[in-house]
Amino acid sequence: MAGRALALITAAAVAALALGPLLVVAGSADAGAMRPADWAALRFTLVQAALSAAISCLLAVPVARALARRAFPGRGVVVALMTAPFILPVIVAVLGLVAVFGRAGAANAVLGWVGLPPVSIYGLSGVVTAHVFFNLPLAARLILAGWEAVPAERLRLAASLGAGPWATFRLIEWPLLRTVLPGALAVVFVICLTSFAVALTLGGGPRATTVELAIYEAFLFDFDTGRAARLALIQAALGLGAVGLGLLVPMPRLAGGLGRAPRRWGGGGKALDAVLIALAALFVAAPVVAVVLRGAVHVAALPPSVWVAAGNSLLTAAASAALCLLLALAIAIGGGRLEEGVGTTAIAISPLVIGTGLFLAVIPFVDPAELALPVTGMVNAVMALPFALRFLVPAARRIRATQGRLSASLGMERWTRLRIVTLPGMRREIGAAAGIAAALSMGDLGVIAFFADAERATLPLQMYRLMGAYRMDEAMGAAVLLTALAFGAFRLCDGWGARGAGRAWRVRRAAA
Amino acid sequence: MRHALPLILAAVPAVAEDRPVLEVYTYDSFIAEWGPGPAVEKAFEASCGCDLRFTAAGDGAALLARLRLEGARTDADVVLGLDTALTAEAEASGLFAPHGIDVPPLDLPVAWEDDTFLPYDWGWFAFVHREGFEPPASFEALADSDAAILIQDPRSSTPGLGLILWVEAAHGVRAGAIWEGLADNVVTVTRGWSEAYGLFLEGEADMVLSYTTSPAYHLIAEDDDGFRAAPFEEGHYMQVEVAGMLAGTDRPALAREFLAFMLTDGFQSAIPTTNWMYPAVIPEDGLPEGFDTLVTPSTSLLLPPGEARDRAEEGIATWRDALSR
Amino acid sequence: MLRLEGVRVEREGWFLRADLAVPKGAAVAVMGPSGAGKSTLLSVIGGFEEHAGHVLWEEAPIDGLPPGRRPVATLFQDGNLFPHLSARRNVALGVRPDGRLGARDRARVDAALEDAGLGRFGDRLPGDLSGGQMARVALARIAVQDRPILLLDEAFSGLGPALKAEMLDRTVRLAAEGGRTLLMVTHEPEDARRICPETILVAEGIAHRPVGTEALLSDPPEALRAYLGT
Repeated sequence: MAGRALALITAAAVAALALGPLLVVAGSADAGAMRPADWAALRFTLVQAALSAAISCLLAVPVARALARRAFPGRGVVVALMTAPFILPVIVAVLGLVAVFGRAGAANAVLGWVGLPPVSIYGLSGVVTAHVFFNLPLAARLILAGWEAVPAERLRLAASLGAGPWATFRLIEWPLLRTVLPGALAVVFVICLTSFAVALTLGGGPRATTVELAIYEAFLFDFDTGRAARLALIQAALGLGAVGLGLLVPMPRLAGGLGRAPRRWGGGGKALDAVLIALAALFVAAPVVAVVLRGAVHVAALPPSVWVAAGNSLLTAAASAALCLLLALAIAIGGGRLEEGVGTTAIAISPLVIGTGLFLAVIPFVDPAELALPVTGMVNAVMALPFALRFLVPAARRIRATQGRLSASLGMERWTRLRIVTLPGMRREIGAAAGIAAALSMGDLGVIAFFADAERATLPLQMYRLMGAYRMDEAMGAAVLLTALAFGAFRLCDGWGARGAGRAWRVRRAAA
Repeated sequence: MRHALPLILAAVPAVAEDRPVLEVYTYDSFIAEWGPGPAVEKAFEASCGCDLRFTAAGDGAALLARLRLEGARTDADVVLGLDTALTAEAEASGLFAPHGIDVPPLDLPVAWEDDTFLPYDWGWFAFVHREGFEPPASFEALADSDAAILIQDPRSSTPGLGLILWVEAAHGVRAGAIWEGLADNVVTVTRGWSEAYGLFLEGEADMVLSYTTSPAYHLIAEDDDGFRAAPFEEGHYMQVEVAGMLAGTDRPALAREFLAFMLTDGFQSAIPTTNWMYPAVIPEDGLPEGFDTLVTPSTSLLLPPGEARDRAEEGIATWRDALSR
Repeated sequence: MLRLEGVRVEREGWFLRADLAVPKGAAVAVMGPSGAGKSTLLSVIGGFEEHAGHVLWEEAPIDGLPPGRRPVATLFQDGNLFPHLSARRNVALGVRPDGRLGARDRARVDAALEDAGLGRFGDRLPGDLSGGQMARVALARIAVQDRPILLLDEAFSGLGPALKAEMLDRTVRLAAEGGRTLLMVTHEPEDARRICPETILVAEGIAHRPVGTEALLSDPPEALRAYLGT
């Protein structure tokens, strides 16, 4: 089948781009010996990732449950808010978290006012807090999608049997969580595994050394490429293991049905649900609001170079999203579990290693600065691929299942089918995936730093440069600009997808 | 509007004319529009009849790492932006050649004897605080106080490494005890200077590790005299930033011309208010107004390059043990 | 003539065998207990099922052809329309599966919609139509499809009795006008009697040759009797 071949080729290309640099780096030096500190870094990485995943998912369950059970004005806004931390650039989010939970932050001001001891956002607790900020919404969305996928008949059946809350939990909710939670845990775990900026800024000191930081140190301080490669291999193995485990468990759709009004679950606990939703919304919104309040007034005074960088970022993000979509569609439509698994590997590879490997690979041929933006776009596309696949794979599967026979009986050629049936049918998910890819690319600092020169900077890099030149006000202005662009890109794509798909939803419900 | 067209230029090779090109590798902040890069480029190109091109890589450590990755293949003619913590290693890489120029008298608090690397600016590390905060006057006093400080990771940051060497140079065998005393003062350790200073400006700590010249930025650029550097009794460790020419350069004469230019006013007068450091040769017009308000340490500390590397490794191990408890 | 020669479908612990022929232009009901393989039989003809043996139309084997190349149009139990395409575009897919129509094709599509009483509804999405209207759109597509064999797999089963009867009548008329061969899975003896002179009984792993519907229903064999509850 040509579709399968295309998917395989795509997966192979992605694997080459993700794993190739790792091999280049590993091949450029002898394998260095691990040091005791490296084992400590490995331990800390595992502990923080496990804690972050567990706490994110644990807190996400009641939030998702409350959202699934309640209809209220503004529910759509709250659900949309749940996308925010995920697409917020890490460095911006860290500044926002500091503004809220830092020593001089709003939270401690409130605590001090009511006479309670201050909380600290530095150290393991800070790292975990930041990771929960990033991933609680993601986990809540994953779990919410699972909740909404429960067939109405099963609820009717439970209701007609007169099942109370405990019985409903045992009959419906627990089996649901059993299928949804492992996948959500795996996703969050892997994301936290390669965490770098968060651990570095909020970690509090050498205790909070992650494997990614150890790689950084091996590269830049010890210039021990071999050790860096070995650490990167270990990190990749951990990530791939977690991805593999996660893939064994079928995952619900990330996007599906989030706009739908909830069905009647009935039952009490209305006040509790309201409190849970309000707390989650506050936790997610406060850092974003803090950044905007701090930087908004400085946007107008930003130097021209920041706007040029913003233009670079927009172009890169657009190209990156387009490439990511192409890759993800090829895999989702033509591929199976194998290709999906391979497409997800990039999430586990150290961005530092990808950057260095690509750098080593291109430097004999061209000036790396010439390639700064294309390489950044490409790497960002591959980095966003795992998330795009989370949207597109289930959508493609759904289209195949519900409309495959009809298409075949009409004798549609492959491209016709793609054009008329598959792509339009996946519009909602395509929009969401493009939005995520664009936003992630917009906020990424990673690989550009290896390649950029003065004129080919992206917005995050330029923001970082402002911070490096004492210009905190302008940096915060750039952060607001960055946030606005990332959100704007996401909303634009996601909204485009939802416009076409709202109608299709009605149909599916009418047909059900 | 030099910056208006890079999107288009990105696709086109940058050199259009036949002028010789001098390739200078430096760190990222040097070439920012508010860094020394633009002024230096303009001044040098006015006299050299060449095209000066900057290529940037992160910070000094990233610069050296990139150079070693590229090895003998590198296009670089000159590297500008290593510091005294890195020069021994850079020298050992065998990539650099002696500069071979006549060095003018340098305005450095220490003697400079290095045939390979030439200093272009320097500064003293210091803890910076806001006016009104009563700073401790030594590391021991700091350890005894409950002042909250922000420092940088020595494994990823130049000032971070400078602090390690500072404690090593000032306290030697007692470095471990100093660090154990400081552990509860450290709010967090950041990747680079930018994050730490940013958090300090946002009010996250009483003091941040930076330079004695930092208050000059706020005074001169922001007209804000609310910042101070805390003088420490044991003296302050220095950072000297240097440049050197590559052994493999195909334009040795031009590279030398640039190194000589580096110590003239055309270059040096840009340093104080763009890099916010002391120039290696004080320009004819003197230092900008405002630099006279800065604290001048009684003692300047600087380990010889060969020693610095080993002490740094020991110091980092000590630091890690003390702060990991 | 539609012929099934030595057709055999096997799954774990289950099989279906068919050796039978249906004359061109005939209308044949397919009846039998649940799970006996009625839908499987239609899937074999439609090209959705792996099987041994051969399927022939007018003495030429068609079992090597993909579903869209077979002389077969199928109405499924549900999912007969693409939810994101308008009624008109759904019908148009029957003329050309790539949806690119010339002026004459377009006229044909509009005529088919008109015939189905949907002239005003061409631009609506399926979701904005009633169940009966959706069924009529599907039938309009079948009408323009020019396929000599028409398979109904419990189509219209979601409609009320009157609507369902109307749709079946339309289907029969459509089949008769085009000289089409009709095979239809049904659970209703009344529908079979009314529409199909002959019936294929599918039971105990065998799809039997078509026999007279009236005779079969008035003296049903054991397997069918239990199913019909007579």
